[in-house]
Amino acid sequence: MVTGGVTKFAKAHPSMDFRLMVKRAYDYALKGMPNLTADRIDGTRISYFSDHFTRQLKAASMVQDYLGMNPKGSIRLEWGGATGGECFQAAYEAIASGRMDVVLGAGFETMGRVATWKGNEFIALASDTNFDFPLGGFYTGYYALMVIRHIYEYLRRGKFAGVRDEREAQRLAIAEGSRIMSLVSVKNHRNAIHNPYAQYPKRLSVEDVLNSEMISYPLTREQICTMSEGAAVVVLCDEARAKEFTDKPVRIIGVGTGTDTMRLADRPFGKVPLMPHERKSDYEDLPYPGVHSFRAGRAAGLEAYKMAGIANPNTQLDFIELHDAYASSEIQTYEDLGLCRYGKGYDFVETGDPFLKGIDYGFPTPNAGSIPVNPSGGLIACGHPVGATGLMQGVFAFWQLQGTIGKHFGDATLQLPKARRGAIHSHAGTGSAVTVSILERGFK
Amino acid sequence: MRPKPPVYTHFREIQAELDKSGAAIFRDNEGVESLIIRYPYSINYIHSYAEDSPFFLGLADGKLRGSRCRRPKCRFVYATPRSHCMVCGAPTEWYDLPYEGRIHSWTTCEFGSEAFLKETPYNLAVVEFDGVGSLLLARIKEAVRDDFYVGMPVVAVFDPNPKYLATDVWFVPKK
Repeated sequence: MVTGGVTKFAKAHPSMDFRLMVKRAYDYALKGMPNLTADRIDGTRISYFSDHFTRQLKAASMVQDYLGMNPKGSIRLEWGGATGGECFQAAYEAIASGRMDVVLGAGFETMGRVATWKGNEFIALASDTNFDFPLGGFYTGYYALMVIRHIYEYLRRGKFAGVRDEREAQRLAIAEGSRIMSLVSVKNHRNAIHNPYAQYPKRLSVEDVLNSEMISYPLTREQICTMSEGAAVVVLCDEARAKEFTDKPVRIIGVGTGTDTMRLADRPFGKVPLMPHERKSDYEDLPYPGVHSFRAGRAAGLEAYKMAGIANPNTQLDFIELHDAYASSEIQTYEDLGLCRYGKGYDFVETGDPFLKGIDYGFPTPNAGSIPVNPSGGLIACGHPVGATGLMQGVFAFWQLQGTIGKHFGDATLQLPKARRGAIHSHAGTGSAVTVSILERGFK
Repeated sequence: MRPKPPVYTHFREIQAELDKSGAAIFRDNEGVESLIIRYPYSINYIHSYAEDSPFFLGLADGKLRGSRCRRPKCRFVYATPRSHCMVCGAPTEWYDLPYEGRIHSWTTCEFGSEAFLKETPYNLAVVEFDGVGSLLLARIKEAVRDDFYVGMPVVAVFDPNPKYLATDVWFVPKK
């Protein structure tokens, strides 16, 4: 990867349509890259999620057209919430296969054209329209179902195993889970204060998060990402050309994808696919994935780690930008990606591991800096313009590895001092498709 | 000739103007003016339930139909029917589910997609059944948030006026 660009994410960009948004991100990416001119780009991979949101079919052709890329080759990608992550990997494959020498990956979404609740309906159409959608199709509802079970498996049967009254134990476990999810929300909103591209940077307390509007019990408004508009682009090329374009290239050393059933209700109750640093005895009685974990995320992580030669992500990665559409799914994803064992996600938050060092979150974070998760603010604070999101993670990770966060954000607070290797994680549906890509600094 | 539509600097105020006159101008912080129009979009699909049809016809008949793999060595039972087995790929046969199950997980939606906003708050649950290998997503009625717990026994109720939708069945707490 040799460059990237992002537009500011906002609830609506009425003065820019999707073509102009991509153009702005593209111009930003090419600025200050004298050797990287449009004629050097062999083709594009373009992603957006929903034709309903754009109300324009074949919108990727209009982007190709607007950027002046015709008659170069292009492919449009769509994979629900993981659309941007898929685009990133499609661009990678165009280079890795030798099909292209230089490729542009571009993604966008325009979700501000409809009211928020209509937008939720469009998103819910990405659930089975025979069996799931008509029941009250609503993604926050699906994720609430999943986290209630996650809390049951790991807090009710963990910290609250000693409480005899079943209903009281479940109530206590949900209250505890909600409190810990709020820590994640505080973290991501707080980090985003230093990210000028973020849609909802703010300083929140745990109480603010818990007391914000209840959307689907137990998920409150501040634990959920929002509708957004924006675009992001990346430029990838082969190693020889990378040096012509920049003295700070970033190498993509691992890619992985995983899938699971479209319907939550069809998820199996089987065995955990183990990471190299896990043992079978860790999960003797755990029916997996059920509705509490994302097997697709685990599969994507395993593939990407294997390719990158990562045996223990917790020690071999310096940071992760992951798909926190919900504070709950950030915690679930720690476990899927092997940052901690299944069941230890809540403890992992409390010990402060995914927090940044040197930022005051308003509560103790003793292990802060061990493996920062969503240093940019993630989806919860940056926004989630679906087709752009996975590419946005790629751009933020790229700047992080280049050591250029200060230059691009105008504020170096979020720059990790020794970021050599990081992961990006993009996630679709109720966990029906996930991509993980590993990026590494490609210069001394 | 048509006079220039009214100019707004707060995007949130545009919706009301569109509902009233069908057009508005939005002026952003940099002074860029964009014309915004109301653009309705509605479709009636001719939707076939195809191989899932017996499930929906069953609901109208007071039956809860899952499916079971036909292969003797597999026999996996699905609460949400699939016409082919996800485990081994063999065809399945229809399988009558018990009318009683338990809550595997649940939520109460205080908000929802536009189509369901007027029904809020509503409860969603995945229901588990004895002897069945997968779950069924359903609405739970006659219960409020504080009543719910994982493991709660529930009983199926069928809509006396079926609409051939997944909502033709719901569950209530077992008395």
